[in-house]
Amino acid sequence: MNLTFRGGVHPKGRKELSREVPLRRFDPGPCEMVYPLAQHIGKPAKAIVKKNDPVLVGQKLAEADGFVSACVISSCSGKVKAVEKRRTIAGTMTECVVVDNDGAYTPMEGLGTRQDLSALTNQDILNRVKEAGIVGLGGAGFPTHVKLAPKEPDKIKYLIANGAECEPYITCNDQLMRSNAAGIVEGLELTLRLYPNAECVIGIEDNKPEAIASMRKAVEGKQRMRVLPLHTKYPQGGERSLIRVIAGVDFPVTMLPADVGCIVLNVGTAYAIGRAVAWNEPLYEHVLTVTGEAVREPGNFIARDGSTFAQLLEACGGVKDGVTPKKALSGGPMMGVAVAGLEVPIQKNTNALTLLAEDRVERAEKEQTACLHCGRCSTICPNGLVPALMADAINMQNWERYEKKLYGLECIACGSCTYICPARRPLTQMFKQTKAEIMARKRAAQAGGKK
Amino acid sequence: MELILITTAVITVIGLVVGAGLVFTGKKFYVEVDQREAAVREALPGNNCGACGFAGCDAMAAAIAKGEAPANGCPVGGAPAAARIGAIMGTEAGAVQRKIAFVRCKGSCEVTRNQGNYVGIQDCASAVRAGLALTDCDYGCVGLGTCVKVCPEHAITVKDGVAMVNRKRCVGCGLCAKACPKGLIELVPEQNRVMVQCSNRDKGPQVKQVCSAGCIGCMLCTRQCEAGAITVENNLAHIDYGTCTQCGKCVEKCPAKVITPPAEP
Repeated sequence: MNLTFRGGVHPKGRKELSREVPLRRFDPGPCEMVYPLAQHIGKPAKAIVKKNDPVLVGQKLAEADGFVSACVISSCSGKVKAVEKRRTIAGTMTECVVVDNDGAYTPMEGLGTRQDLSALTNQDILNRVKEAGIVGLGGAGFPTHVKLAPKEPDKIKYLIANGAECEPYITCNDQLMRSNAAGIVEGLELTLRLYPNAECVIGIEDNKPEAIASMRKAVEGKQRMRVLPLHTKYPQGGERSLIRVIAGVDFPVTMLPADVGCIVLNVGTAYAIGRAVAWNEPLYEHVLTVTGEAVREPGNFIARDGSTFAQLLEACGGVKDGVTPKKALSGGPMMGVAVAGLEVPIQKNTNALTLLAEDRVERAEKEQTACLHCGRCSTICPNGLVPALMADAINMQNWERYEKKLYGLECIACGSCTYICPARRPLTQMFKQTKAEIMARKRAAQAGGKK
Repeated sequence: MELILITTAVITVIGLVVGAGLVFTGKKFYVEVDQREAAVREALPGNNCGACGFAGCDAMAAAIAKGEAPANGCPVGGAPAAARIGAIMGTEAGAVQRKIAFVRCKGSCEVTRNQGNYVGIQDCASAVRAGLALTDCDYGCVGLGTCVKVCPEHAITVKDGVAMVNRKRCVGCGLCAKACPKGLIELVPEQNRVMVQCSNRDKGPQVKQVCSAGCIGCMLCTRQCEAGAITVENNLAHIDYGTCTQCGKCVEKCPAKVITPPAEP
């Protein structure tokens, strides 16, 4: 079987910083917890609590507004302080529910109790996933109940659990698979009920032998389930890369994985589904890595949504002596986004805080030259695009060529081209921006057409 | 002698045939050229800035000649050009006010803090997309000079982290207003010198937190204005340039000093 895809890069993993550190629960003391209403792709949720309302752990703070949307769940107990604009990871001020955490973490009634699974219908499972506010924990934050409900569930051939964790530095899913393999498998089994003809494949990069062994043990004797070790290469954990490896199909950006008979779930999401459906525990906490050269004791955490990066960094012993952190990233160095300050709340789809001692972007900016036409970017692009020509089209503002001739919208912004470029050109940033611009233009044209 | 006669005869015959052909094709394929188009093109300023919405002055001239664009459609030429074009087209030019770009922000490095150290493509739209506006204020000037790059007249400079317009150079084409990702630039009648130099729509205390030169929506100016030209909407003062008499009373009273003639580079 084909264990990898065409292209890709081999950035330094730097996973040794935190890979052997077991998961630790992190509960901040009495403090302010902030829950943004837009933690997912789609319409922001609608707040259903007001100022001074008491809340408990597991209580719903905001209701999904529309089909592609997700609820927001409280991870602490206390009183609602305000519903107001706060600065979030995205850098902008967005509407958030602010809760005064009393530090007691009083659970809601029935939280964490074993549920009777025998009588569950498929619709029940989907409803519970929706009520639990589960979104894709791999990073994009697409509402999971939407992903799990394709038009023709019978045609789904593969349920792919993504345990590749190809992003450098991040190790939380590795630890989750080592310590909670049974929980992940429980979630996958429940999800597998929805697709009678599907086989569940758990893809894990071969640099995580312990996780592979642990997951293999957990799936032993289970029907329609197997673990597949994958070649270690970035971006192996990209949705499309995985489908290419496991199902052997290529498909354009206009199609969804479900259209080619695949559903891809991050192992963290699978675990959350298991907790929500089998244990009545909605998504208010998830695994997260705090790492980087500037952190004193990097570690893996089970962190509550709404706590801040600063609190987590403190739990890691703060910044290393003699090191000035140059850059803080929400996520890893390849796909993560830089944050301006650490006083921002953790969201559902936040999988890491990476505190770097050196800002490579700053260096790259100084060393930047014109394109050398070496063609390295096109050899490594996992989607078979030609970044050099795409950048040319952007410079000429030829959106038509960018979209129709160069298939620029297929770019998944994995960052491989920027990583490999010897001229140090900020290719990924250009593509991300252009994609957003073209999409905005299309939406505007659509809205204009409707009128 | 014979050779000369033959040559003359041949040349004459060729001349007659070609001449007849030219006359025929000239009549057959005659295209009516609108003389006015060339005249209109002469009357336009020739910046080729595209601010009228057409692909340069030639396209604009053609559109005016065909009656698809108004005679006063050129924001750069203003009233004089409109009057000349009106005369050519035989229509009323209509009043055109010369307008000048105005940046509704005075958030220089002195009055507002830097939020993060942005590195990457040096372009306002890129910085905004990256989620790292350079200042604490979500509404303010990013200061990376996208407007500077699009200005055909080199009228804009970024000084101290905020864009400024040179009033003499600005032709009012409005390209900068279209390019600004924060929508800070508006076109203001040339004679107006009393403007609100802020775009922050947050409430007063929040504005104070991020910028010491922001409009706090205190309403003092609305009470000062005798002409009733000032309204406060979404915690931000707005001056109706048509009714403003430029008496300057609001300028004196404004506690945040945001109502001022804009600084020039």
